[in-house]
Amino acid sequence: MEPINEIKSVITPLNQKNVDTDQIISKEFLKRIERTGFGKYLFYHWRFDAEDNPIQDFVLNDERYKDSTVLVAHDNFGCGSSREHAPWAILDYGFRVVIAPSFADIFYNNCMKNGILPIKLSVDEVEAILSKEEYNVEVNLETQTVTGADGSVYLFDIDPYQKKMLLNGWDEISLTFQYEDHIKAFENKKLAN
Amino acid sequence: MAKTIIEKIWDEHVVYEEEGKPDLLYIDLHLLHEVTSPQAFEGLRLNNRKVRRPDLCFATMDHNVPTRNREEIKDVIARKQITTLQDNCEEFGVPLANMDHPDQGIVHIIGPDLGLTQPGKTIVCGDSHTSTHGAFGAIAFGIGTSEVEHVLSTQTLWQARPKTMEIKVTGELGYGVAAKDIILAIISKFGIDMGTGYIVEYTGEAIRKLSMEERMTICNMSIEAGARAGLISPDATTVEFLRGREHVPTGEAFEKEAARWLALASDEGAVYDQTVEISADEIEPFVTWGTNPSMGSGVSNNIPLTQHFTEASDRSAHEKALAYMGLKEGMPLTDIAISNVFIGSCTNARLSDLRTAATVVEGRKVHPAVKAIVVPGSQTVKKQAEQEGIDKIFLNAGFEWRESGCSMCLAMNDDIVPAGEHCASTSNRNFEGRQGAGSRTHLMSPAMAAAAAIEGHIVDIRKFQLDSVGV
Repeated sequence: MEPINEIKSVITPLNQKNVDTDQIISKEFLKRIERTGFGKYLFYHWRFDAEDNPIQDFVLNDERYKDSTVLVAHDNFGCGSSREHAPWAILDYGFRVVIAPSFADIFYNNCMKNGILPIKLSVDEVEAILSKEEYNVEVNLETQTVTGADGSVYLFDIDPYQKKMLLNGWDEISLTFQYEDHIKAFENKKLAN
Repeated sequence: MAKTIIEKIWDEHVVYEEEGKPDLLYIDLHLLHEVTSPQAFEGLRLNNRKVRRPDLCFATMDHNVPTRNREEIKDVIARKQITTLQDNCEEFGVPLANMDHPDQGIVHIIGPDLGLTQPGKTIVCGDSHTSTHGAFGAIAFGIGTSEVEHVLSTQTLWQARPKTMEIKVTGELGYGVAAKDIILAIISKFGIDMGTGYIVEYTGEAIRKLSMEERMTICNMSIEAGARAGLISPDATTVEFLRGREHVPTGEAFEKEAARWLALASDEGAVYDQTVEISADEIEPFVTWGTNPSMGSGVSNNIPLTQHFTEASDRSAHEKALAYMGLKEGMPLTDIAISNVFIGSCTNARLSDLRTAATVVEGRKVHPAVKAIVVPGSQTVKKQAEQEGIDKIFLNAGFEWRESGCSMCLAMNDDIVPAGEHCASTSNRNFEGRQGAGSRTHLMSPAMAAAAAIEGHIVDIRKFQLDSVGV
């Protein structure tokens, strides 16, 4: 996966809580057998009406956020299904960072495997960010900071293991192969019992 | 020190641990299906990797498969996904129950039925309802496709040790109240993200009295409360369910396994990071009126008023949900007209669910405005139901009787609720568009869905049944 460290962008404000993975990528788009090409289906039924015309008041159709790489939403982002097509769609659309007060566990993990940085900030901090017009931020994973154009600095926590994986864009499977002796020993012990 | 079953199973499966790293956890059973596996197999091919332990994998086709006219899948992309799984399983030596196999069915129904699901195992699948298998006292959770690839390659996953939560269900279930109502009541009371970061254990006398099928219904929807995994300590009910199943040992070896399983139960005095309680006595038959599983209430209630919510974000979510559902605040739930009924899904498509629903519809007719389908959870369930004549009861009442699969739970195949229509569904999610673009889902138990099919609107199963015997 693509390493990630510094991201500068205007934020895309998605003023909703409990955004589920069915909304992020609807089931009719899960039939593809590739990892790519899901971006055009991101939030499809919120972006387009039944005749496939853009719904003007949906934030992804707002010209101001066309090139944004940072998505901001309320609590419990990514709840529901385990479909990794959700982060694939987010990434393919162009987002590299998602900020929310909380994330569903499986979605959070899936982001980590795809070079998307999920940032947890407090409810108040997220509300402060969402309250500003066309807010530009600078995200730095190394220093674990989100710095706003107005000088506000927000610190975030991240598991050190996952931070290292994201910063380096490492392939986790290759790393795990280095533990083959441990896995083998575990299996032998299991067989013996 | 007293330990919870969660800690016992976890500790038994740690392959490697190091400060500052998640644990490397061994996986005992990896279930696969056609939708979340193709990219993982492709990853193996691109990197010239093998499936490390094909003997610990089991695959089936469920999400995408048609529930009628299986000979010819018209959807070219869906067909491609199905043939891709067949090819991948052949190439990598993974056991597969394909669409024509007598064991085919929803992955979370066939795992337990074949005895692949066993107490003490770590079980994963690229599907969030993997939590179902926790009913047996296993740590079972959904994973993404990258993790599917990781398990295929290494039989392990890097996992941070989860926090533990006890959800204690005290008291006794009332007349007409089902396992589905318990879990919907839990989610409604504590919220859809109460379980984030936790593995949940369901305890209490109301849980102990449940059959394995009912326990699976509850664990299945743990993810709807945010918990990746939910489980129930094994007991005699668990052991008796597994006895004689295809993949469990026989004779002396079974008794030895059974003793080991029973010893996994949480110790007296074990401490959880959090404990919450709900009384079964307060739970009535439940239905959802909104667009996530926590937006529901007892069937005798009205849809809450917007002003009832204190937080602005909850008020706007409530308004948005009601606008989508085409419902009004304050209206009685039993006034909601139903034009589609779906009895199926990994939550409620087991033989016992079909039996219960059949009792409700026997000798009655589906309301003329309702289209009702029954989708058995597996081909085995279907066959057993047919042997008991349950198919005839549904067919005579005007239900359609289909082949097994996920079907209208997520509407990836042709089984779709038309835009704007309301569906009484025994499935697990009522998200916007879940059963088809613009569809409006009401989650409920099999008996409640069956009664709604007869009446054409949501009904209180308790009243329905008492009326029918002339009380």
